Amino acid sequence: MLNMLRTDGAPKPPSRKMTDTNLLMTITIVVFFAMYICSIVFLGEGFRKPQTMLNLISTNSYMIILACGLSIVMITGGIDISVGGVTALVAMSCAVYLEMHDGNVFVAVLIAIGIGLAFGIVQGYLVAYLQIQPFIVTLAGMFFARGLTTIVHTDPFNVTNEAFVTLKDSRITIPLLGSTTKKGVYIPATIEIGVIVAIVIVAVLFCVLKWTKLGRSFYAVGGNRQSALLLGLNVRRTTFISHVICGLLAGIGGFVYFMHVGSGSPSHASGAEMNAIASSIIGGTMLTGGVGNIVGTLFGVLSLALIQSIVASLGLDDPWWTGITIAAMLCIFLVVQSIIIARRKKANKAAGAV
Amino acid sequence: MRDKAILEMRGIYKSFPGVKALQNVDFTLCKGEIHALMGENGAGKSTLIKVLTGVHIKDEGNIFIRTESGEEQEVQIHSPQEAQENGISTVYQEISLCPNLSVAENIYIGRGDSAFISWRKMNKRADELLKSLGIDVKATQQLASCSIAVQQMVAIARAVDMDCRVLILDEPTSSLDDSEVKKLFGLMRQLKDRGVGIIFVTHFLDQVYEVCDKITVLRDGTLVGEYEIENLPRLQLVSKMLGKDLDDMADIKEEAPVFEDKGAAPVYEGEGLCSSEGIKPFDFYIRPGEVNGFTGLLGSGRSECVRTIFGADKVTGGKVKMDGKEVRITKPREAMDNGIAYLPEDRKRDGIVGDLSVKDNIILALQVKTGFFKPFSKAKATEFANEYIKLLDIKTASVNTPIKSLSGGNQQKVILARWLLTNPKYLILDEPTRGIDIGTKTDIQKLVLKLASEGMSVTFISSETDEMLRTCSRLLVMRDRRLVGELTGDQLTQSAVMNTIAGGDKNAE
Amino acid sequence: MPNKKVLPPNASALARITRHQIIIPLAALLLLAVFNLINDPSFFSISLKPNSNGDQILSGNIISIIDNGSELAILALGMTLVTAASGGQDISVGAAIAISGSVMLRVLCGADARAETLQAPIIVAFLVACLVSMAFGAFNGALVAFFKIQPMVATLILFTAGRNIASWINNSQLPIVKEESFSYFGNYIPGIPIPTPFIIAIVCFIIMFLVLKFTNLGLYVQSVGINEKTSRLNGLNPELIKLMTYVILGLCVAVAALIKVSRISTINYSVVAKDIEMDAILAVALGGNALSGGKFSMAASVIGAYVIQFLTTTLYALEVNAAALPAYKAVVVILLVVMSSPAVKEKLAVVGKKFRKNGAAAEKA
Repeated sequence: MLNMLRTDGAPKPPSRKMTDTNLLMTITIVVFFAMYICSIVFLGEGFRKPQTMLNLISTNSYMIILACGLSIVMITGGIDISVGGVTALVAMSCAVYLEMHDGNVFVAVLIAIGIGLAFGIVQGYLVAYLQIQPFIVTLAGMFFARGLTTIVHTDPFNVTNEAFVTLKDSRITIPLLGSTTKKGVYIPATIEIGVIVAIVIVAVLFCVLKWTKLGRSFYAVGGNRQSALLLGLNVRRTTFISHVICGLLAGIGGFVYFMHVGSGSPSHASGAEMNAIASSIIGGTMLTGGVGNIVGTLFGVLSLALIQSIVASLGLDDPWWTGITIAAMLCIFLVVQSIIIARRKKANKAAGAV
Repeated sequence: MRDKAILEMRGIYKSFPGVKALQNVDFTLCKGEIHALMGENGAGKSTLIKVLTGVHIKDEGNIFIRTESGEEQEVQIHSPQEAQENGISTVYQEISLCPNLSVAENIYIGRGDSAFISWRKMNKRADELLKSLGIDVKATQQLASCSIAVQQMVAIARAVDMDCRVLILDEPTSSLDDSEVKKLFGLMRQLKDRGVGIIFVTHFLDQVYEVCDKITVLRDGTLVGEYEIENLPRLQLVSKMLGKDLDDMADIKEEAPVFEDKGAAPVYEGEGLCSSEGIKPFDFYIRPGEVNGFTGLLGSGRSECVRTIFGADKVTGGKVKMDGKEVRITKPREAMDNGIAYLPEDRKRDGIVGDLSVKDNIILALQVKTGFFKPFSKAKATEFANEYIKLLDIKTASVNTPIKSLSGGNQQKVILARWLLTNPKYLILDEPTRGIDIGTKTDIQKLVLKLASEGMSVTFISSETDEMLRTCSRLLVMRDRRLVGELTGDQLTQSAVMNTIAGGDKNAE
Repeated sequence: MPNKKVLPPNASALARITRHQIIIPLAALLLLAVFNLINDPSFFSISLKPNSNGDQILSGNIISIIDNGSELAILALGMTLVTAASGGQDISVGAAIAISGSVMLRVLCGADARAETLQAPIIVAFLVACLVSMAFGAFNGALVAFFKIQPMVATLILFTAGRNIASWINNSQLPIVKEESFSYFGNYIPGIPIPTPFIIAIVCFIIMFLVLKFTNLGLYVQSVGINEKTSRLNGLNPELIKLMTYVILGLCVAVAALIKVSRISTINYSVVAKDIEMDAILAVALGGNALSGGKFSMAASVIGAYVIQFLTTTLYALEVNAAALPAYKAVVVILLVVMSSPAVKEKLAVVGKKFRKNGAAAEKA
């Protein structure tokens, strides 16, 4: 006799297939390719060469790694603003070790990983087990890393260690993408080693997030902490692990950065944490947690890099344009995301009420 | 441990700063029984459940479980995870799933030993499970896109799939409509036949007598007793829960609502009202000193109607007259300025400001009305607060206690005080008695009648038709988000209301 | 805050005091003071000396703390409101100071960065700067309130663009104000031995105190921060109130910018007020205010700000390298938040309970 309002007969709500995560990621990827195609068509020359794009990736490989780590923490509902500081600290420590103590490159890698892990573990412990706000903990972490960098060494310097320079200058050739100069000399397309590291990390993390229990726990904890706890997940451990991974990646990213610049300086990677956060957001990760994707992050980093080089090649070479462009792009993405999410929420609510 | 018992809690103590939540409570659950856990708000039901599920850790006492091999074993439960490992699953009143994950994931996350996930296998299993339980939802759908009722069912599906031996249902029916409740009960009986012990916490007495075998009653953190359902008639149950005789209840029954329509101009008159929440345009009026109410099934649009009157949702059309003068009410602020007050349905979400003190919660609405530049002095605010704490008999340690540490009934009274302080002409109460103890329920009903006798107009909404019949002199019946009938005088009987809701009695229209 | 004298000297009274949030920054302040007292009692000495202009001014570490902490304390006022209402922080205040200062200089010096005379009165420049930073505050506020973007993310936009916009305004030039009276705001007014920034800060505190006392700002902001839906149903407009807190923060930024620019009569876009956003957020957190919004204590935030400055000055007094300063600051901050974290507090309480139990047992025996 009663009306069965909810389960039967109600029209199926539209566009059920795409999750928030996939939707935001798709937007990013579409925007990236649109920008790339536009730059090829309208700006020509430089952008037509694959090498331009490859250079962009080489320069930003460390940023990809940092942003991946941040994405994991952000998906879990936290934040880590120490990654830039850790990058600088790693570069400086490795530089001092290689240059002043004539060290071994492998040990330098271990140092980098060790520093990153140490930051990750301490910060993770403070956030997860002592329940201190992640913003405060990692803010202190950033201060600590920056301060420590100058304690390790105060002045910038280049590293001349032979083994390291060989590593730094080695390039990996990619077949078929080379170009021919006007004189007819074929120049092969190359990438730095860091790119391989970044790609491996992206691939591994993508799989972890998609197909492992741990990866899904990150999403669950970020989606609703309380629920995740009641669903029997170990929320504290998951939060802890997310910070450890982020710290580890900051260490690796630091070394990749070091391989790219080949020097140590207290002012290295300044603002890298904010760039990484911006990339992550543009890639569709939401700071509220539970939404995000590594592939999106990858394209977020590339989009930011691309827009910078587009701005530069447009002749807007006053130094302030880069910052303003990034900010404008971030602004547009945020507003679009917020509108889309609000609309979906409304649609869901309507679906729920009917 | 008794022979058939699968769970036994003995001598449980638990206290929080300033409160002894549980004192020497025993509880036994047998195989294949549905066991109701009853008590007023603050009796310790939730705490007992949370101790059992590892959300809180008991101070003293023992918990025994019968393992699958039939041995009894003492267990220590420190986390929800450990509870799950011991075969204890819980479905909470508020959805405790992750809205950003898919339905299938919500069923399977946090379980199993494999570190990897096979999406195809998981989705297939989930689809089969959902189908076998008759839940109409796709496994791959994002949970946030499901209705609350479906989300609740998914939570139950999860528990069912976990082969739990003890299933705790903590007020699972409060957001379900009748057909869904029926489905749920079917599910519960099915599980009972499989030998699962079910602990059922609810405020609805009807439901207890429909499905349960045994009742355990708690009061003020102590055990009152365990009873077979057939040995404990309703009235006795209520008096056990209250710990007093039923005079109060009897009282109010005799006070039949008397309202003489003297033909005075309506306080509020709305024509063709509708809002963004999808109710059909409706007309409504209320006269000075009148108590009327909206009734209908859950989701029939009765809350949406009063929200439209108050301007809480986006008002999309209609004309409003207050005391015969045309006014504009599209925002709560405008309604307040016209002397309307609204006590919302969801106390926790829309009513209280949790961290603020009782005092600040009481003066909030009036302070908004007086404006930005006219704050009360501390002394004045305390005076107001104390006046209403006394008037409504609010139990609080002091005016500066945060409202969130009060029990549900007292929180409700604070919100009522907030609105009474604004001295409204017209008071809207949307489910003021939901989820609060019976003593407070009666208090609130009495208060409504008293206010009306002093000339205030009141619109009263309640899920319990009894309450409505006791307090209202005119009922407006909603169905399918449409106003379908109006009942007054002799028509105010349980059967007439049911008929109109169901759409059988055309005369009512 | 409960009066210590009225309460009986037992554990529950102690618990009541320690539960009050202002105890956290006060304890930190006390700790720092005691440390300095032991380490070097002359840290607290204050002397009256003539400065380079021949005016008698107060000097000493304490004076330097209240002088240099002014901008931070003023920002902490606005940051506390923003945190309480929107449950997030504005990380663009440093960049906004750069913009505001740049605007001020642009108005004062006109197009010619080396102008000998002021092109506009100081008050006009200040008012224009106020309007501009309130407009940027409104931009942040609008993103947060109307587009529902998390505050940290929304203000990341201005954080990234701010210093670039600042250098754009003056075309990357660094105008220098030659007029002496402009430097009064960041230094000393002739004849007054107290640093002007401190006086300005005190004026700001008084204004904020009066605003909180004679308006409903506090109640409105807290209820919006705690429960937005309830606030709406009680007739408040949460969006507008959030927006308002960001605009108020904008005003604080303009005042801080005036002091910053006046200190050196010019500006360095990439260095001015660097990392001050982090310090301002720390001040709010040290004040025991939840960074997730809701209830706040303005006094606690202000004390938190001076704790940070106290710490900085202490470290300088210990002859720590300026660039390494953040590392030490970080350690102290972490120690403070760890001590005040609920988990640690709980553990300490358990230990205390055991201790008392043992004590009682011993007494019985």
